[in-house]
Amino acid sequence: MADVVHPVHGEVHRHPAPTSFIRKYVFSTDHKVIGIQYWCLALFAVFVGMGLSLLMRVQLGWPGQEFAFLKTLFPIAAENGTISGELYLSMLTMHGTIMVFFVLTTAPQGGFGNYFLPIQIGAADMAFPVLNMLSFWVTFVALVVLMMSFWVNLINPDDMANVIGPIGGWTGYAPLSALGEKAGPGQGTGVVLWISSIALFCVASLLGALNFITTMLNMRAKGMSLMRLPLTCWAWFTTAVLALLSFPVLLAAGILLLLDHLALTSFFIPGGTYLSGELVKEHAGGSPILWQHLFWFFGHPEVYIAILPGMGLTSHVLATFARKPVFGYRAMVYAIFAIGLLGFFVWGHHMFISGMSPYSAIAFSLVTLTIGVPSAIKTFNWLGTLWGGQIRFTTPMLFAIGFVSLFVSGGITGLFLGQTSIDIPLHDTYFVVGHFHLIMGVAAIFGMFAGTYFWFPKMFGKMMNEGLGKIHFLITFIGVNAIFIPFHVMGMAGAPRRYAGHDKLNYLQSIMPMNRFISWVAFITIAGQLIFLVNLIWSWIKGPKASDNPWEATSLEWTIPSPPPHDNFAGIEPEVHRGPYEYSVPGASKDYLMQTDSEGPVASHGD
Amino acid sequence: MSYRSYILMKETMGKITGVLMFILAVGSVLLFIGQDMLFGKVLWWFPEGISEHSKAIDQQFMWTLVVVGISFTAAQFALGYAVVRFGRKGNTRAVYTHGSNKLEITWTMITAAVFVVLAILGQRVWANLHLNEAPADSARIDVVAQQFQWNFHYPGADGTLGKTEAKYIDDSGLNFVGLDPNDAAGKDDAQLTTLIIPVNRPVELTLKSKDVIHSFFVPALRFKQDSLPGMAIRVHFTATKEGKYEIPCAELCGNLHNNMKSNMIVIPGDEFDQLMAMSEEKFKEQLGALTDRYQY
Repeated sequence: MADVVHPVHGEVHRHPAPTSFIRKYVFSTDHKVIGIQYWCLALFAVFVGMGLSLLMRVQLGWPGQEFAFLKTLFPIAAENGTISGELYLSMLTMHGTIMVFFVLTTAPQGGFGNYFLPIQIGAADMAFPVLNMLSFWVTFVALVVLMMSFWVNLINPDDMANVIGPIGGWTGYAPLSALGEKAGPGQGTGVVLWISSIALFCVASLLGALNFITTMLNMRAKGMSLMRLPLTCWAWFTTAVLALLSFPVLLAAGILLLLDHLALTSFFIPGGTYLSGELVKEHAGGSPILWQHLFWFFGHPEVYIAILPGMGLTSHVLATFARKPVFGYRAMVYAIFAIGLLGFFVWGHHMFISGMSPYSAIAFSLVTLTIGVPSAIKTFNWLGTLWGGQIRFTTPMLFAIGFVSLFVSGGITGLFLGQTSIDIPLHDTYFVVGHFHLIMGVAAIFGMFAGTYFWFPKMFGKMMNEGLGKIHFLITFIGVNAIFIPFHVMGMAGAPRRYAGHDKLNYLQSIMPMNRFISWVAFITIAGQLIFLVNLIWSWIKGPKASDNPWEATSLEWTIPSPPPHDNFAGIEPEVHRGPYEYSVPGASKDYLMQTDSEGPVASHGD
Repeated sequence: MSYRSYILMKETMGKITGVLMFILAVGSVLLFIGQDMLFGKVLWWFPEGISEHSKAIDQQFMWTLVVVGISFTAAQFALGYAVVRFGRKGNTRAVYTHGSNKLEITWTMITAAVFVVLAILGQRVWANLHLNEAPADSARIDVVAQQFQWNFHYPGADGTLGKTEAKYIDDSGLNFVGLDPNDAAGKDDAQLTTLIIPVNRPVELTLKSKDVIHSFFVPALRFKQDSLPGMAIRVHFTATKEGKYEIPCAELCGNLHNNMKSNMIVIPGDEFDQLMAMSEEKFKEQLGALTDRYQY
C-alpha cells in the first residue's frame, strides 16, 4: 500500500529516522518511542505499587506478627520484624501516589494515547514533538523525586533503610501535610519531596494535554471527520481537556503547600495550632479545608482521567472482537463529554463530612448521582455492542469484557456513597476503598491490560501468547473480585481506611479472618501478574511475528506495518472513507471494512 | 501459530467468562444478603444502630441496596449471557446495527429517574441532622481532638462551658482543651478522655482540633464528622441505647492514627445529671466503674 500515491495529499515527504542511539531511544521526539517510554515507566511503577500493597496485606492480615523477611528488608523501620505505623503509612502513601499518578494517569494516556492517537487520526507525529519528549522526561524526574521521598533517609548514612517517606495518603490533607516535622515522622523532607514530585507531574501532564488537544483537532487526515474518529481518540481528547483544566489547580495548591513548608506562609494552617506540647507561633490565618477543595477540584476529574481512556479502549476492543459496530457511537461520544463536564461539579462529594456547609453537600450529592446516568449509558451501549455479535474471545477481548463487569461493580456502589445520608457511616471506611479500587484501580488496569494485549503486536511486531494471557485473565479477574468486593462489607462493619491494622478496635474483631482471606487472595493475584511479565518478555523475544492486521480490525494503525516506520505512514497521508467500526457490513466481501477502504458499501452514519 | 488456531479455545473461554459473571453476581448477592445462609449467621454488617437517626439511614441504605442489587445482578447476568450466547459460530456475520435512538432515550430516562429519586430521598436524614439546630435541652459537650487522643470538655454544674483559648493549652499540666483559668464559668468544668452522654436525650457536640484534621466516628451511632483546627463544628444526635462504644479516628492524623480511639459511654439521664453536678475529681473517680459496667 506504500505505493499508493494520492494526487493531492500523497506527496511523499518522508521523515528520516534519527540514527544515534540517544536520539532514537532516549531523548527521542518520536511519539511511538515516547509512548513506549511512558508505558515502560508505568510498568515499572505498577510493580513497585503492587509490591507495596503486598507488604501492606502482610500487615493487615497479621498485624503485629513478626516476619524475619521484613527485618531484612527494613532493618530500622521494621526492626522487630513487624511493620511500624509510620512504615505502613509511608507505604500506603507511596502506593496511592504511584498508582494514581504514575500508572493510572501515565499508561493509558501518555503510553497508549501517545503511541496511537497520531496513528489513529492519520498523522505522522504529535503536533509538538519536542514538548512531547519534555513531558515524558519531566514525568520521569517526578517519579525519581517521588522514590527519593520514600527513601529520603538514605541521605543520612547512619539511617540506612529507615524507610519513612511522606505520611498523608495520596490526598496529602493539610494541615497535617503542611506543618512539617513537628507533626510527626515523615512530615518533613519526605512531604517536601512528595509535593515537589506532584508539582513536576502537573507540569508534565499540562504539556502532554496541550499536545493531545492540538494534535487531535489539527492533524487529522483527509476524510477523518470528528464523527469518524475511533472512540479511543475521543476518550484521549476528553482526558486531555480534563487534564488541562484540573492539573493547574493541583499545581497551584502544591506550590501553596510547599510555601507553607518552606517559606512559613499560612495558606492551610490556622492560628492557635498546638503541636507536640507547644503552640505553633509561626503560622496563623490559614484555612484547614482549602486544601481539600483545591485537591478534589483536581482529584475528581483525575478519577475520570484514569478511567476514560479505558472506556474508549473497551468500546474499541468490544466492537473489534464482537465483529459489530459500536452500539450508539454518538451516544458514546456525548456520554464521554457529559462525564467529563459533570466531573468538574462533583468534587464536594469527597467532603460531605469535612466541615463544609451541609447545604453545599446536598448540591454536590444531587450532581453526583446524575453523573451515574452517562456511565449507565456507556454500560448499556457496551452490552448492545456485544448483543448479536460473533464474539472472538481473544485475551484483549476478555480484559475488555472484564472491564465492563468491573466498571459495573465499582460504579454502582457510588449510588450509596453519593448520598449524603449513607455517606455518613461509610465515609473513610473500606467501603470507599473497595469502591474506588474496583472502578478507578482495577477497571482502569483492565483497560491497560486490554490495551497491552491488543496493541503489543503493533508496538513490537510480535504476537503475545494467548494461553498465558487467558490464565492471566482468569487469575486476575477472580482475584480482584475476591479482594475488593469483601472490602465493602468490611466498610459497613465500620473498618476505617488508612489503618495499619484493625486489630486494636474491639468491634472489628469479626473482620480479622476476612482480612487474612483477602491477604491470601492478594498474594495469589499478585503472583499471577508474573505470568503477564513472563508473557511480555517471552513474546518480545520469541513471540511469533505479527502481521499488519492480526485482529482484522478497521482503524488506521492496522493499515501500516507492525511495528510502524518512524514516520508512521511512510510519508503518504492516508485518506479515510468511513467510520471506525464497520464490521459485518452486509454486501461487503469480508466481515470488516477498514477506514481507508474506498470500495465496498458506503457506511451509514453513527446513528 | 496463526490467529485462527486459537478459535477453539476462545469459545470455551466465552463460556467460562460467562459463568464467572454469573458466579460473581450470585456470590455478591449472597455476601450482602445471604451471609446467614452461607455461614449460619451474619458475620459482617453494620453494628446495631443506637441513635434516633440510625434507623432512617439503615432504611435508606436498604432501599439503595435493592436498586443497586437489581441493577448489578441484571447487568452482570446480561454480560454473562451475552458472552455465552454470542460466541463466534463458523463464518456467520454479526448483526449489523449502529444502535437505536429509541433504546438510548428509554434507558437514559429510566436511569435518570431512578438516580434522581434516590438522590433526593438520600438527603432526608442529612437535612434533619445538619440543617436543624440542636434542641434547647441538649447536653452540650466540647470535643477537642489532638494527635492521638480525644478530649471531652464537660460544662459541670452550671451547664456553661468555660472559655478556652489556645494560649492556655498545656498538655503536661493536663489542661488539654486550653481552659481559661480566669473564667468563672470554667471553674466547675471537667476534661476527660472518655465521652459520657445521656440516653434518649439530644446531645450537642462542638468538634474542634488542636493540631490536624481528625474525624469523630461512632459506627453504632451512624455518625461521623471531621474535627478541624481553627473551626468549631456543632453537631447533634440522640443515642437510644445504653452501652459502651468505641470512637476511632477516621481521618489520617499521623503515624499513630490507628491507635487513636476513645470510648463513648451512654448512661441513664439522671445518672448523667449527677455526674455533671460533681467536681472534676469526683467525676473522674466514677469513670472506672462506668467503663467496667458495660461490655462492648
